[in-house]
Amino acid sequence: MPKREDIQKVLIIGSGPIVIGQACEFDYSGTQACKALKEEGYTVILANSNPATIMTDPEFADRTYIEPLTPQYLEQIIAVERPDVLLPTLGGQTGLNLAYTLAREGVLDRYGVELIGANYDAIHTAEDREAFREAMQEVGIECCKSVMVSTVEEGLRHIEAIGLPVILRPSFTLGGTGGGIAYNIDEFKEMLEHGLACSPVTTVLMEESVLGWKEYELEVMRDLKDNVVIICSIENFDPMGVHTGDSITVAPAQTLTDREYQNLRDQSIRCIRRIGVDTGGSNIQFAVCPDTGRVRIIEMNPRVSRSSALASKATGFPIAKIAAKLAVGYTLDEIPNDITRETPASFEPTIDYCVVKIPRWAFEKFPGSDPTLTVQMKSVGEAMAIGRTFKEALQKGLRSLEIDRYGFGGDGKDLQEVPSAELRRNLRNPNPDRIFYLRYALQEGWSLDDLFDITKIDRWFLSNLAELVAEDEALRRTLRERGSLDAAEVERLKQLGFSDYQLAKASGQRQSVFRQQRLAAGVQAVYKLVDTCAAEFEAFTPYYYSTYESEDEVRDSPKPRILILGGGPNRIGQGIEFDYCCVHAAMALSEDGYETVMVNSNPETVSTDYDTSDRLYFEPLTREDVLNIVERERPVGVIVQFGGQTPLRLVKQLEAAGVPIIGTSPDSIDRAEDRKRFAEMLDKLGLSQTPNGTARSVEEAVECAAKIGYPVLVRPSFVLGGRAMALVYSEPQLQRYMALAVEASPEHPVLIDKFLEDAIEVDVDAISDGQQVVVAGIMEHIEEAGIHSGDSTCALPPYTLVDGQIDEIRRQTVLLAKELGVIGLLNIQYAIRHDKVYVLEVNPRASRTVPFVSKAIGVPLAKLAARVMSGKSLREVGFTREIWPDHVSVKEPVFPFAKFPGVDPVLGPEMRSTGEVMGIDRTFGASFFKAYEASGQRLPSSGTVFISVKNADKRNIIMVAKQFENLGFRIVSTDGTGAVLERNGIAVHELLKVSEGRPNVVDMIKNGEIDLIIDTPSGDAAKADHHLIRKEALRRNIPTITTLAAAMAAVQGITAEREQPCGVRALQEYHSELVRRH
Amino acid sequence: MAAPATLLLSDGTVYRGRSIGAAGERVGEVCFNTSITGYQEILTDPSYHGQMVCMTYPLIGNYGVNSADCESLRPQVRGFLIKELARLHSNFRAELSLGEYLQQHDVVAMEGLDTRALTRKLRMSGNQMGILSTVDDDPAALQAKLDAAPRYVGVDLVRHVTTAEPYVWSGQLGLLTKPKGTAQKQLTLFDLADDPATPAYRHRVVCLDCGVKFNSLRELAARDCQVTVVPAATTAAEILALQPDGVYLSNGPGDPEPLTYIHETVRQLMAAELPLFGICLGHQMLGCAVGGRTYKLKFGHRGGNQPVMDRETGHVEITSQNHGFAVDPDALEGTGMVITHHNLNDGTIEGMRHERLPVFSVQYHPEASPGPHDANYLFDRFLDAMERRRGD
Repeated sequence: MPKREDIQKVLIIGSGPIVIGQACEFDYSGTQACKALKEEGYTVILANSNPATIMTDPEFADRTYIEPLTPQYLEQIIAVERPDVLLPTLGGQTGLNLAYTLAREGVLDRYGVELIGANYDAIHTAEDREAFREAMQEVGIECCKSVMVSTVEEGLRHIEAIGLPVILRPSFTLGGTGGGIAYNIDEFKEMLEHGLACSPVTTVLMEESVLGWKEYELEVMRDLKDNVVIICSIENFDPMGVHTGDSITVAPAQTLTDREYQNLRDQSIRCIRRIGVDTGGSNIQFAVCPDTGRVRIIEMNPRVSRSSALASKATGFPIAKIAAKLAVGYTLDEIPNDITRETPASFEPTIDYCVVKIPRWAFEKFPGSDPTLTVQMKSVGEAMAIGRTFKEALQKGLRSLEIDRYGFGGDGKDLQEVPSAELRRNLRNPNPDRIFYLRYALQEGWSLDDLFDITKIDRWFLSNLAELVAEDEALRRTLRERGSLDAAEVERLKQLGFSDYQLAKASGQRQSVFRQQRLAAGVQAVYKLVDTCAAEFEAFTPYYYSTYESEDEVRDSPKPRILILGGGPNRIGQGIEFDYCCVHAAMALSEDGYETVMVNSNPETVSTDYDTSDRLYFEPLTREDVLNIVERERPVGVIVQFGGQTPLRLVKQLEAAGVPIIGTSPDSIDRAEDRKRFAEMLDKLGLSQTPNGTARSVEEAVECAAKIGYPVLVRPSFVLGGRAMALVYSEPQLQRYMALAVEASPEHPVLIDKFLEDAIEVDVDAISDGQQVVVAGIMEHIEEAGIHSGDSTCALPPYTLVDGQIDEIRRQTVLLAKELGVIGLLNIQYAIRHDKVYVLEVNPRASRTVPFVSKAIGVPLAKLAARVMSGKSLREVGFTREIWPDHVSVKEPVFPFAKFPGVDPVLGPEMRSTGEVMGIDRTFGASFFKAYEASGQRLPSSGTVFISVKNADKRNIIMVAKQFENLGFRIVSTDGTGAVLERNGIAVHELLKVSEGRPNVVDMIKNGEIDLIIDTPSGDAAKADHHLIRKEALRRNIPTITTLAAAMAAVQGITAEREQPCGVRALQEYHSELVRRH
Repeated sequence: MAAPATLLLSDGTVYRGRSIGAAGERVGEVCFNTSITGYQEILTDPSYHGQMVCMTYPLIGNYGVNSADCESLRPQVRGFLIKELARLHSNFRAELSLGEYLQQHDVVAMEGLDTRALTRKLRMSGNQMGILSTVDDDPAALQAKLDAAPRYVGVDLVRHVTTAEPYVWSGQLGLLTKPKGTAQKQLTLFDLADDPATPAYRHRVVCLDCGVKFNSLRELAARDCQVTVVPAATTAAEILALQPDGVYLSNGPGDPEPLTYIHETVRQLMAAELPLFGICLGHQMLGCAVGGRTYKLKFGHRGGNQPVMDRETGHVEITSQNHGFAVDPDALEGTGMVITHHNLNDGTIEGMRHERLPVFSVQYHPEASPGPHDANYLFDRFLDAMERRRGD
């Protein structure tokens, strides 16, 4: 069937901010969908609150709404745009849930909007556990024994029949939020209560445990003619019990015979047909009993998922793009396979390599959280690696993670002498390091059977690990006996995925020396194509991975090439923003006639889409792997500015190897990062810095802090997203910190800065061509300095700074950019206190805020920067004047605290947000209100506000409280704050503290009697009461504000919204207004 | 350390690796199969008689070998070429490792070669003859031996794989048991020659065995058919004497054109207006029987992901395929055959039916094994044809 001509406007809902369980894979899928639909001539209307996405770039949709993803805003967008259809399957669970709600509440009917891809019934059947069970029963597919409950009492009635351990899955939550495995009855009660609270519909599925069964996923596509194909099968290395997002996963399935695989395939086809997903991709998960082969279906996602992104990257089959085309009426046989060009998309990709995905966690950011992996996803990112064997792919994957490991151990970083109890514990309880404990166990001579018994990881995987350990031991033996390896041995080890780092370590050589010898011996990487068809047809898209074999498939080209180094796996502090920049660099430089070469290891990203760059290398971002590609491609320039810390960490090594790095020089980068050189530069320019010092020992630190004066900000010298950074108010606190921080980075000293209390922090992004500097955006943080800039809410343009301050910031920015000889992007963080401007940090590279600023001012900064780096002037690229918009843009971070029960959700110098949203409107208040709402919590327009602030905030809270009172809010408080407010004529209802009896403030929160919480913690150890309050508020999703500045902003926001409810407006309109004005 | 192994193609290209099967030297046509799963079914598929199979999926042997997944009594391939043999297999049904199985059945096999490079070579050059040796690694000597070996076009390979005697498929397959007096597990069929008298059946089907895969027989048996498997040289008169409700023309190896004795049988069966269902070689022989012709494809279709369109319904099925020849559409004009299916990748004929008679065929494998079950409905179609005939 050809595409539908009866529709013109398509609405796509994105997935909003990056959160655990929903990351940039939905930017990838949404971007593909937008492109595909525009290509077909449809008008695309996009709603997404996440400014860091490629899909919200104004050219990817016709009308882009960066608005909160709530039914109310969506209804407004629908009312304005009147789309014909809504495609709900590409925006993750968020998009699907929203579409479902809009359909259920009759909004879609009211405006005559048709759901395409998956209709209401299909979504319901897939998402509602009971409906799903019944549907599966009808088509003869077995589910686990389970029952849906909506109260704890009900759960207790059923627990006997289901048995313990039991798996709890709250309905309609992301990444399994609030779910878990309960092993005993007490735990069961507690977890069930939590799960019910997390579920928006207050239901939890209690499910018989299939812990230890093998876990599989199939990616399925269906078209309107009922053609169904399987794109990819995935086998989880970690058996059932660990969320698939937290599992090491392998594509294709490895330990199923054809008969068993076809059985899963048949069931998948029956499932998608019964659920009734009309078109597009679905993900179906199965558990298979390792002893009997018995199969149970676990779940079905009637939409494109994280695994779909993985499957797309693993096979080269663009699931989201095809899903979009199917949704508008095409059938699979009508869509060509881009890679082979001559064959249609109605086939099943076959692959001739092995793909391993390994999650990346950030438990170090959440002290007190439990790193045990369960059915609730906790990882923040992932790396994927391709190799010809599982062993090769696994080792490449481990070194792609950027956790300072260079393969499956043997890299000098293994633990020595692991106590047996610790070993057993780490084998039995899945955790981020379990893979390395498997190595230790194998080294200690554990048998595969014993390892299987304790881990239930399939023996095939274990056997592969054992081979690697044996190879490593053999290699060491050879080295002991002969002192070196011959070329054939090195080649064989390289085929097994061993890195130069591991091999150099084993042979006691420098990596660079080992590499020289290896290349001299003729052992070099070759690159093979990912082509969807195992070489059966010629492939036209240059999507490569490295291996060590006889044939290299890289095609030569006469065009000059520029290599762009990506950001690797997402982590806190380095996420989609950097991928956004890399993608822009590729787009701009391709337009300029370069051949762009992308290197990245993150399967969730747009940058690793095969049509983003001219050539894609899906490779680890280590020195070795990057140098191999540089040697093969011989680029005229390499861009390291855009991928965050990942490429920056390689700068020195790459430069030493003679790699042509373009843009700001590595020396300038060093000048900005090296403390001493940085201080010298500021002195030279006459700029101020906060008093600071460097310490290599606890004693030095104590001495230094005393000299500077508390509070101080301490951190290791090499930081990413404020890793291990802390605000320290006293010597004992400093002592405690030092014990941890020194461990965090042994080779680097600890940096100590005077902390400026009550200073305003300002972030500036600018661009320079070496001659001219243009300020792109000045962002005023709402929270005071001391809270990590990535965790701060900020406004562009500044909302309280005066002209003089802004001019001074501009002057300093230009001065610094020129002094550093910046070519490309520059980010500077300032603090302003008592009208004095301090330079906190200078980053001569793309910053986290580049996409936000680009969208706020309507200028694609990263594109311009890439072109400037390739030698163009700002005049040539047409950006010579700062833009000062009339509208206000507010960026608000989003936190994963709900995933880490027990962690106090207070902001500090350590970055902990996973993503961000943007609110855009005419006034600061309205933009703030929207941003807050977009981040997942709506500020109440009326109701009860609980206020409790630290002493330093008491003066200023009076005005805030007064405004709340004027707005008609009821104010409740506990002793201290309440007394101050009462003395100032504000009516306060006083509550008991938890320690004072009941009903107390926590009871009120539990009863839903409080609508907003303003609770600023005092600097030193937060009091138990406040901790409980915040924890409970988090559980109940009650908006909680922890700084005075944010409280003031909130009251402005509520006021603005009360005056005039927030409307919606397309980004394109804001931008055309800017163009008219400038 | 395993013994080295060498593969030399007729164009002189050499691939080196390690032996993982029997010691020895074999000559055969080298082809590649793109299935990810199903190596055991592929090894035992009689259609591979005379061929060396290169698996494009690199990790082979992961789930071992079991008796239920055999498509014939023994491996049929002339040689087996893979990237990496699993050192340990893992599957609840596994009875033997793949390496043991290959050695027991004297299959010469090699791992460690760049199978993707070989596949690309074959894709570009077309299938070539090759010689695989664990005893000789000298390219010149291997080339001489290869040059002296016979070629396959125009050769009847069916006679090597067809059953010697007729038998009734009992549906009972033996296990990989240890026969008395041997130490090794082997696969045997119970009561192969005897008729255990399938208890109750609705249709009597004769399968003309040109190298039939067991799963065809299983599929028919599962549909209440009593299946009598007869040698390929069985005449139409002999078949008709069995009073079948329908005849199944099986798959098999090699070139269909020289099999003129079978073409004749098919013509006579058509004249008797019996329901005929041909698959793969059976389809090609049907094409020849009605006066059409076949041609050799450059490198054939071997894998489990070939998209085929049913022209009558517009539906696409993902099919399992293994063939090097195809029916020439131009030569079907005026033969009474209508093209019903075609391949979406290259447009070749995938299925046809007679415009008047209950005769139809497909180029692919509805019995799958290995591969998707999408085309399973064709067995039902065959059954319908037999039902209709009975109703007449």
